[in-house]
Amino acid sequence: MHEYSIVASLIDRVQQEAAAHEGARVHRLHVKIGELAGVELELLKTAFDTFRERTICDGAELTINSVAPAWACPSCKRTVERGSILRCDRCGRPARMIQGDEIILERIEMEAPNV
Amino acid sequence: MCETCGCGDPEIVPIEVQERILSDNDAQAAHNRSHFEGLGVLAINLMGSPGAGKTAVLEATARAAGRELKLGAVSGDLATERDADRLNASGIVSSTITTGSACHLDARLVHHALHHFPSNDRDVFFIENVGNLVCPAIYDLGQAANVVALSVTEGEDKPLKYPVMFQKADLVLLTKIDLIPHLDFDVAAVRDALSRVMPEATMLEVSAKTGEGIDAWLGWLEARRLEALERSAEGHAHAHHAHSHEHH
Repeated sequence: MHEYSIVASLIDRVQQEAAAHEGARVHRLHVKIGELAGVELELLKTAFDTFRERTICDGAELTINSVAPAWACPSCKRTVERGSILRCDRCGRPARMIQGDEIILERIEMEAPNV
Repeated sequence: MCETCGCGDPEIVPIEVQERILSDNDAQAAHNRSHFEGLGVLAINLMGSPGAGKTAVLEATARAAGRELKLGAVSGDLATERDADRLNASGIVSSTITTGSACHLDARLVHHALHHFPSNDRDVFFIENVGNLVCPAIYDLGQAANVVALSVTEGEDKPLKYPVMFQKADLVLLTKIDLIPHLDFDVAAVRDALSRVMPEATMLEVSAKTGEGIDAWLGWLEARRLEALERSAEGHAHAHHAHSHEHH
């Protein structure tokens, strides 16, 4: 249940941004979560709905942009499919994950006079 | 206020952030890492299910290498100090991080434990994470390498079921291999599963009970330790790790 600690970090970060921009109310947060980031989206939403109360995020919506994992050969850039052996079948090199493990705060929509 | 129609609605502006939500943990982990590298200590984050044999592997490591290598460990435990007691008895200088209900260690907890750790002249420092195949994988602690213990009684499909943990592993230790004759366990199947989630799949088969495979594990540790010492030498040649406080 690390989703609760992720939400705690998220709200802290939003509070910092709100203070920097003299923001008043947050309307929406956009986060990007990789399918292999180890974050359960339903738990994240529940944790957010619980923790946002009486914070700057009270009443704010959470928009989650889920990212499918992808791997590619670091040499020839050939992609390696999910579920297959993570090695380039041309060069033989181990593939590298190019997306799918991110846990990122992308954007905050808030009422702010100073942007 | 809304400038378009003068309706009096407050103006909503988008603020671009594009930052990792756990950036505070990342910064603390970077601090821990420079601390380990400055001291030339190889730090290993040892993860795995409850009962995978993490503590038993460390005890076997101490039995095999306790004379040549100075070993240290912190153990994350929900409620008890049993693991640290076992490790201290085996000759590994150890302390416990009691996490309460938290399912994982984070960089701040490890940093706090380092400040209270009784010794800083260790060659290898194990961070024995809370038994859990999900949450610990997400938090960087400042380790040089991630090692995942997977026991033969857990089944061959665990890498496919818990890809997040295994994709972050630098090494998988297949533990309790002395039990294989009593089980329908297919080592080739677990190797195949790992190769589909772990780009540079590396697995060593060990038994803490019989000592089988422990030499290969020590060889792997030694190679990582030499790399850590090289990084430490490079670090000293450039700049020393910035500190606003004293470590013990």
